[in-house]
Amino acid sequence: MTNHIISIRDYTRRDIDYLLERAGEFDTRTYDRHALEEKLLALLFFEPSTRTRMSFETAMARLGGKSISVDSVEASSIVKGETLADTIRVVSGYADAIVLRHPKEGAARLASEFATVPVINAGDGAGQHPSQTLLDLYTIRQSMPIDGINVGMLGDLRYGRTAHSLAYALSLYGATIHTIAPGGLELPANILHELRERGMEVIQHDDVSDIVAELDVLYVTRIQRERFPDSASYYNVASSYRITPDLLEDVQEHLMVLHPLPRAGEIDSGVDGLPYARYFEQSRNGVPVRMALLHEVMK
Amino acid sequence: MNDEASPVKGLLISPIRSGTVIDHITAGEALNVLKILGITGSTTESLSVATNVASHRMEKKDIVKIENRELRKEEVDRIALIAPQAKINIIREYLVVEKKGVEIPKILRGVVRCPNPGCITNTNEPVESTFEVLEKGLHCLYCDWWIKTDIAGHII
Repeated sequence: MTNHIISIRDYTRRDIDYLLERAGEFDTRTYDRHALEEKLLALLFFEPSTRTRMSFETAMARLGGKSISVDSVEASSIVKGETLADTIRVVSGYADAIVLRHPKEGAARLASEFATVPVINAGDGAGQHPSQTLLDLYTIRQSMPIDGINVGMLGDLRYGRTAHSLAYALSLYGATIHTIAPGGLELPANILHELRERGMEVIQHDDVSDIVAELDVLYVTRIQRERFPDSASYYNVASSYRITPDLLEDVQEHLMVLHPLPRAGEIDSGVDGLPYARYFEQSRNGVPVRMALLHEVMK
Repeated sequence: MNDEASPVKGLLISPIRSGTVIDHITAGEALNVLKILGITGSTTESLSVATNVASHRMEKKDIVKIENRELRKEEVDRIALIAPQAKINIIREYLVVEKKGVEIPKILRGVVRCPNPGCITNTNEPVESTFEVLEKGLHCLYCDWWIKTDIAGHII
């Protein structure tokens, strides 16, 4: 395993299982609270984020470390024309690790080439979001073995980096994916092709109600308004699906409804009180997972 | 044989004294070969280009002769992307001193542009586009996009 965490595609199943085990150790509250006491983490967030950023900050604080941050392009030297490469070289001189969120795909890979400290990808455009995938898997594994499960992926599967990363990871566990996406937001053909080449069964559906009863996990994603070229094309698909208590009437008892959050109306608040709703727990799991990652790259 | 009906015998392109002859280029790809080599209207090489020349092995082929320039291995290998049967002849004092085929490189840097507009390599960052060359196409090592068709159309 490299010291950078860039893409879930870089990892074997063994690597992922190892990180999930480590996350479990940090979830017990018996870990060393001074493990990263002398360490400083730089959070470079060039796109908005609440959960990812705060959970990295929380994880660092829980391990005794400190954080410094940039939280918008406007507040950074990027507005002066500085390249990301230069920003990374500079910040490498300040911090012991860098967490990067950036709108361009491949930004974290580039950063890892210029950094002299470990880089963790916290989302690059529509590309990868490996720490989200690890917490998704961690949440699933709390309730069931991941091997061979049926996962429904619903929503914006074209631009949804969390869905892309999760799909790649699930292909290592023999899972079957059922995709349900509005027209134009289907899983990109390249990814679909690669998943199938990896031996994964990917089945496309038009309506979530056709398949929901067979699912072990329903992974819902938001239609990402910020990825659309114009408002008209966003509104065309924005209200095309919604998870309601009625839809979940005949599902398997152990079904987990997950969502990387934030949600924007695609899960009815009436679902929140049902045992299937696991998205807030999923969000909470970001902390032990990111503690494991930070500890791994800076230990 | 009637002289008026017979084709004019002779070399289509004159021999060069020193430089490189790229033979057996896939017909129609000669201009893309020049593009790969960075040869444009403003560069100074003395060139001869022949296209759609009859060939025993390929039916039709293109030929490029470049005077006073011996191609480097990495330049040669890029040509393999669009002309896998190409043969490179290095010429010195009218003699072929080296003859080699082309080999598809494992990694291509700065040769093709990533078609993904959101890819970091399409910005002003100080990095070259980088693709791994696989059987099914070219894979961008930054953003994971694939180029499976029209590779020549993506050459920088």
